Amino acid sequence: MREKILTVIEKNSRIDLADLAKLLGESEIDVANEIADMEKEHVICGYHTLINWDKTGTEKVSALIEVKVTPQRGMGFDRLAERIYRYSEVEALYLMSGAYDFTVILEGKTMREVAMFVSDKLAPLDSVQSTATHFVLKKYKDHGTVFDETEHDERQLITP
Amino acid sequence: MRDFNEIISSKTAALQPSGIRKFFDIVNTMEGAISLGVGEPDFDTPWSVREEGIYSLEQGRTFYTSNSGLMPLREEICRYLDRRFGAAYDPASEVIVTVGGSEGIDLACRAMLDPGDEVIIPQPSYVSYEPCVRLADGVPRILELKEKDRFKLMPDDLEALITPKTKFVVLPFPNNPTGSIMTIEELKAVADVIMKHDIFVVSDEIYTELTYNGREPASIVQIPGMRERTILINGFSKAYAMTGWRLGYACGPAPVIRQMTKVHQYAIMCAPTTSQYAAVAALRDCDEAVAEMRESYNQRRRFVLSRLAEMDIPCFEPEGAFYVFPNISRFGMSSEDFATTLLKEEKVAVVPGNAFGGSGEGFIRISYAYSLKQLKEALDRIGRFVARFDGKE
Repeated sequence: MREKILTVIEKNSRIDLADLAKLLGESEIDVANEIADMEKEHVICGYHTLINWDKTGTEKVSALIEVKVTPQRGMGFDRLAERIYRYSEVEALYLMSGAYDFTVILEGKTMREVAMFVSDKLAPLDSVQSTATHFVLKKYKDHGTVFDETEHDERQLITP
Repeated sequence: MRDFNEIISSKTAALQPSGIRKFFDIVNTMEGAISLGVGEPDFDTPWSVREEGIYSLEQGRTFYTSNSGLMPLREEICRYLDRRFGAAYDPASEVIVTVGGSEGIDLACRAMLDPGDEVIIPQPSYVSYEPCVRLADGVPRILELKEKDRFKLMPDDLEALITPKTKFVVLPFPNNPTGSIMTIEELKAVADVIMKHDIFVVSDEIYTELTYNGREPASIVQIPGMRERTILINGFSKAYAMTGWRLGYACGPAPVIRQMTKVHQYAIMCAPTTSQYAAVAALRDCDEAVAEMRESYNQRRRFVLSRLAEMDIPCFEPEGAFYVFPNISRFGMSSEDFATTLLKEEKVAVVPGNAFGGSGEGFIRISYAYSLKQLKEALDRIGRFVARFDGKE
């Protein structure tokens, strides 16, 4: 049941519990308990809203920062990661394979805020060798959702 | 004024226009109506399939293919039937690519029927079997499927209709409009009768990938002795959400396929080339996409069934296609009256069950190939309609 619940609420976390139970053919109580358990176990880590900030008129940008680091004795990637993700500005942080080590994602900041974060907080960290900051020019699709797509049903109203 | 009746074939003129068409005209005049009346998926064709179609156009693949269809496509079809049903077909002689499953049905009738030959057609079922049989000078013998049998084909009912003139029986499962399926055991019982009387089968399996409750799709060709007496019809419309591409196929014994190909060659030439290239990608890459769509339909099926149960509208549990077929006889209206009144009062369009044959009277077809949002709104409206009728409001 877990995977089925997750697949549905991954796309629509605001679905009614009653509707969700009907879709899955389970009782509401069982579904509610399962969700509560997954929240406790941090399988479900939060419920967020997908926002197209471009439509809000606020001057905010998103940035993706590639970070190369030198792991130091007694301090692996995880400890280093923690020193980065503790900053509230950091929206997401991933450890990467390939040419660099971390991807840091900042969302909904001004250009100046991003610049300050990189120059004052990220770059000066002892283990950080180098950073490369990329600004997002336009978001087309995020979390599996195409931003500018409207629902439309082109089917004939009645067909055999 | 010229009298066009002289021009028009009396056989064609005698065909009844589809009952669905009539209802469509009423729905079309209704502003703000929500429809649960379509017989096609709400999904877009998977992008990898569309991309392949576009690529084939870019490559200038805009010519006729061979009459039977592209060889790579016929090979993929055979691979699919082998992995799905363990049924081995020869792509060179036992497969023909058609313009939708519908053309396959027409070809099968024209290839096999002589005047006066009888065809057993279980109903409720898709609207084109009976006209296709008539146009091929066959005689339709209607077998009424019953709710108490969950609209499955019962071997005794079949046997009762077989005469020395019976040529073949149509097997319309998973069924449109009822959503009923036949399990392999149920097919075996039917196959015994078919083999005993030495008749043929046209098995319309267009919805076969949409089988629920964890059941494996079953085909009559899996039963020993049936492959050589079956024309299997399938296509891309339902499983891959490709209705507008108009692509299907028919498989069967080479001598019958050869005759079908002859008719197809003169009437159609070949199925659309772009669609054929796209369909190769569908069969190669889309098992996962089909599984996702199946799961989504299955969820919505359960949702609709449980809402209908709350409204006290009896409905057997269908295990295939994307329709439910609730029994509305307790409302004391004919199917058409129910559908028309529901449309007028709550602006929800469903299809009257009798559009799929007389035995569909007393039922309506509800399609759940809609978003959850649309389904909820429509079912809320049906709920209000029913509550008013039941005096609960």
